[in-house]
Amino acid sequence: MTSPLLEARDIHKSYGRGSTRFDALSGVSLAIDAGDSVAIVGKSGSGKSTLMHLLALLDAPDSGSLFVGGADARGLSARQIGRIRNADFGFVFQQFFLTPNATVLDNVILPLTIAGMAPRERKARGMAVLEQLELADKAKNKATDLSGGQKQRVVIARALVSNPKVLFADEPTGNLDTTTGRLVEDILFSLNRDHGITLVIVTHDTDLAARCDRQIFVRDGRQVHAPELAGAAA
Amino acid sequence: MNIIDILRAAIGNTFRSKLRTALTIVAIFIGASTLTLTSAIGTGVSGYLDVQLASVGAPDVLSIAKTAPAAAGLGDGPAPWEEATVTANGAAATETAGSTAVLSPDDLHAIGETGGLTAVNPVVSVSPAYIGYEQRGKHEIVVGANSEMTRADLAAGSQLSVDDADHSILLPASYLQNLGFRSAKSAIGETVVIGATDYTGTMHEVTATVRGVQNLTLLGVGVRLSRALTETLAEVQSTGQPATAGTGYFLATARFDPQSTPEQVDAIQADLAEQGYTAQTVADQIGVFQTILAGIIGVLNAFALIALIAAGVGIVNTLLMSVQERTREIGLMKAMGMSGRRIFTLFSMEAIVIGFLGSILGAFAAIVTGTIGSAVLAETFLADLQGLQVMQFAPLSVTAIILLVMFIAFLAGTLPARRASRQNPIDALRYE
Repeated sequence: MTSPLLEARDIHKSYGRGSTRFDALSGVSLAIDAGDSVAIVGKSGSGKSTLMHLLALLDAPDSGSLFVGGADARGLSARQIGRIRNADFGFVFQQFFLTPNATVLDNVILPLTIAGMAPRERKARGMAVLEQLELADKAKNKATDLSGGQKQRVVIARALVSNPKVLFADEPTGNLDTTTGRLVEDILFSLNRDHGITLVIVTHDTDLAARCDRQIFVRDGRQVHAPELAGAAA
Repeated sequence: MNIIDILRAAIGNTFRSKLRTALTIVAIFIGASTLTLTSAIGTGVSGYLDVQLASVGAPDVLSIAKTAPAAAGLGDGPAPWEEATVTANGAAATETAGSTAVLSPDDLHAIGETGGLTAVNPVVSVSPAYIGYEQRGKHEIVVGANSEMTRADLAAGSQLSVDDADHSILLPASYLQNLGFRSAKSAIGETVVIGATDYTGTMHEVTATVRGVQNLTLLGVGVRLSRALTETLAEVQSTGQPATAGTGYFLATARFDPQSTPEQVDAIQADLAEQGYTAQTVADQIGVFQTILAGIIGVLNAFALIALIAAGVGIVNTLLMSVQERTREIGLMKAMGMSGRRIFTLFSMEAIVIGFLGSILGAFAAIVTGTIGSAVLAETFLADLQGLQVMQFAPLSVTAIILLVMFIAFLAGTLPARRASRQNPIDALRYE
């Protein structure tokens, strides 16, 4: 592949205006190739989540350019961006965001339902993904009846169901105990290793970051070198 | 998300907060059932008027009166006095203040000369004092005014003919019991006595043969007399009247060709209007009822609509709460590529589902209670008005009401749906 999967060039993003203006990102550039596993590391308020949101096309930068597969994101219509987020990106957020009264299967196939896939096909795909994550027996359960680890696996299943190229994970283990967190990490890295799915993980957990191929350290909206961050965190 | 998935999701979401949805539906239920009932009353009563017109209204008769001068406005002062030239038949001379509204023989002649009209007859009004049969005592009698405009709705016997030379009478069914007849049939051919006072107060008796018995209708209240009998009674009443003034009439009837087109009838009416007469067919007279009825039903419908608008505000409230509660769900769906338009459709659909449930339940309840109520009324209070079903539920209007309510619900849903569709996925996901 000639152009990187995702590329950011000198992106800026700020919230609010006047005295309450807050610069979340001030000039970050990075490139992520297909098959990479990248950790975006920083303390809370450092702008790491904002960076992920921009890379995932959930938000638009104030200035600077974003390229998806070599195409400038500014040239994409809302519909195209929606399709990319739906089909090429998978999301795992710190909170589960599961629809409480719907079944596990219905939660998992939500991206396919949004895409307008026929019910039979999306159910088959959903069951296949649940199988892969050893949750097939929970398919008919209500999402609220699961344990935290099971919920996060449902969330990963939901992120995987549309066969995405990139999986964005915002503090994927933040809500889990160490053992379950380790299990979820193993699942994510096996997906990267065995299926070639690009990982973009936002975390403040240095152990998790260390398992990624690459780490991008963010502080006060700027990309910094690791020692600086380590020094600041100490 | 295709439309079937959206519909399914909308129905599912509607029942997520059951109590809240139920309360919203109750509000719509009240408005929808009221609207269904009022429009059913409109259909029922106006249908009854139409049937009356078709069954008893004489299609070829005009009722003609002199066009009354415009009423004096408040503060116009008194109008100039004009000497009365004719006295209305049946009214004391001193009471005939509005002498200009009385048809004189000259007027009758002028009407007779008008093209398209045949058989112009003044409506002679008589007010006999009592009616009696054998030794059953005397009872008050009400003579139906202007009975030439309508055919009697007969329970037994036969119609009166215009050219009857004998003294015949049609009795309302309600008179039978008091006069001592066991059934409508047994009254036919019997002789009754009618008492009338002359100008000086002396009582005279005239005999008449019962020709038929008529059902109570909107247009036929009171007894009907043959023309010969009317003339005899009028003669009795005017006995001893000083001959100071000629006799005039409030009303006259005229016949026109039953084959006339509505345009031709309009032309005759316009011709008469030009000469200063007001002419009405039975259809015109029923049209007045219809107009009043439409006005009343319109007001009732307006109240029902106000209830529906209030219910619409309830929908806005319910869905705003729902949007608030589901902010993160909306954010997630947006993050997963669902377009704002689809989110809008989803929430609008929820409003429409609520509107549909409320209106279908309301219409159903209205049809059940209305049908029962209407049947009970027809058996009790309105038993005398044969054929009157106070409420009639026309499938078309019920469907229209359901669609209208769903449309109101949709309009109410647009505000919350717009709010939901405009949410930024990031803000929505961060929302605690």
